[in-house]
Amino acid sequence: MHSIKTTIAAVLAATFATTLVSLPAFAQDAGTLKKVKETGVITLGHRESSIPFSFYDDKQQVIGYSQEFMLKAVDAIKADQKLAKLDVKLMPVTSANRITLIQNGTIDIECGSTTNNSERQKQVGFSNTIFVIGTKLMAKKDSGIKDFADLAGKNVVTTAGTTSERLLRKMNEDKKMGMNVISAKDHGESFLTLETGRAVAFMMDDALLYGEMAKAKRASDWVVVGTAQSKEAYGCMLRKDDASFKKVVDGAIAQVMASGEAVKIYNKWFMNPIPPKGLNLDMPLSDEMKALYKAPNDKAFE
Amino acid sequence: MGYSWNWDVLLQPSATGDGTYLGWMFYGFKMTIGLSLSAWLMALILGALVGVLRTVPNKALSGLAAAYVELFRNIPLLVQLFIWYFVLPELAPAALGDAFKQSNPIVQQFVSALLCLGFFTSARVAEQVRSGINSLPRGQKNAALAIGFTLAQAYRYVMLPMAFRLVVPPLTSEFLNIFKNSAVCSTIGLLELAAEGRQLVDYTAQPYESFIAVTLAYVLINVVVMFAMRRVEAQVRVPGYMGGH
Repeated sequence: MHSIKTTIAAVLAATFATTLVSLPAFAQDAGTLKKVKETGVITLGHRESSIPFSFYDDKQQVIGYSQEFMLKAVDAIKADQKLAKLDVKLMPVTSANRITLIQNGTIDIECGSTTNNSERQKQVGFSNTIFVIGTKLMAKKDSGIKDFADLAGKNVVTTAGTTSERLLRKMNEDKKMGMNVISAKDHGESFLTLETGRAVAFMMDDALLYGEMAKAKRASDWVVVGTAQSKEAYGCMLRKDDASFKKVVDGAIAQVMASGEAVKIYNKWFMNPIPPKGLNLDMPLSDEMKALYKAPNDKAFE
Repeated sequence: MGYSWNWDVLLQPSATGDGTYLGWMFYGFKMTIGLSLSAWLMALILGALVGVLRTVPNKALSGLAAAYVELFRNIPLLVQLFIWYFVLPELAPAALGDAFKQSNPIVQQFVSALLCLGFFTSARVAEQVRSGINSLPRGQKNAALAIGFTLAQAYRYVMLPMAFRLVVPPLTSEFLNIFKNSAVCSTIGLLELAAEGRQLVDYTAQPYESFIAVTLAYVLINVVVMFAMRRVEAQVRVPGYMGGH
């Protein structure tokens, strides 16, 4: 809880500092590679509870599928710049502050569960896609919720600042479904809202839903249902217009996918027991993911 | 750092098709004001009561009031909010807890936030009221009792009319604080001003415009409160007391 306040404080401070101080410097190129080479430091943005992409294990170490890709990219940067030593700093980010922290230079790259879309491309750059998800629902097995149509007039939770929130609110408005949409602060809190009976369903990226299930008191009580409302491409977030940096990161991701290592990383996080409870997400490799591994790209779905 | 400014974004229709982004901000603005004013009313009533009780000779009553103040003043606001919103509904009898949890989420969030802010601020108001009463010369109370007032009458007709006027200036800062503290309630999903600011960032990817707009809105609220309270302070100032200038 302490970290929420400090993060908000950090964002506000950064907002003002950059607004006031660096207005004239807007024209400069991002030049992340140069900065990394000169300082010998790279700062990675990670998530705290995006299971299994980027989260803390029981020893407060950052682990996850996206984290492994990010570390591969760091290795590539180190090799590309021929650095003997590269100091890697980790900084937790939230969906609300990650864009700002990339822009103001607090973090250099963020691989978590960030969707690459056209709106965000106006502000930040994205690497090659590392994961493709669909937005679905999680509900209690015996709740009778089978698809989005069953949600009319009910309380539904989603996480603030996500594409799911946008889709859910739009669906509610367009189809006049009379849902009460609860926007929780993070995925953990969304699931708590579902688990305590405040909401009948939780809309989120399917992989994250399976991740929350892994944390549940009784995972067998829950089920992921519904037709995917959208497909989304997760990418690593970089600064905008930083072609040299993007090239190195893209290259690293393409290399991991071409070498077959990506499938191993996938199996490690989605087909095997993972921390914190040793639960197996058991989420087989989708056709979209197979296509991605075959032909790495940085295309957004929307 | 390649930021593209776009203030027009505030006037654009929102992505969910329910008005403009400025409309969202206005909703949050109203929520912040509604929440803060109702919590302030609750804090004033409870705080005045508890503050008076802290000064009465009865040890049991003043002890109880002291415990109340310490309880609400010493637990961080955010923790209190989570207790009201997440923990208490689970501890309540199942039927009552479920009824609350299945009600409209805006009502749940507003009620939890109101109780949290109201009780937290009431403890702080109580301390101001207590120090106001204690700052009165002891002779006032003794004189009131000596001419035959009961203790209740001494409070009602002699001490409180003075004490309440003395505590208006320190209460101004508590009043300002309650608006700022209400931002904490965005953590339980209540769409007040700070939460709408965050929503704007998420939906428009224009964090600077959003945060600046929100900051200005808070400044506006606090400037209005400050001017209003200056007027009140001037009205209630005790002539010739505490070197009124």
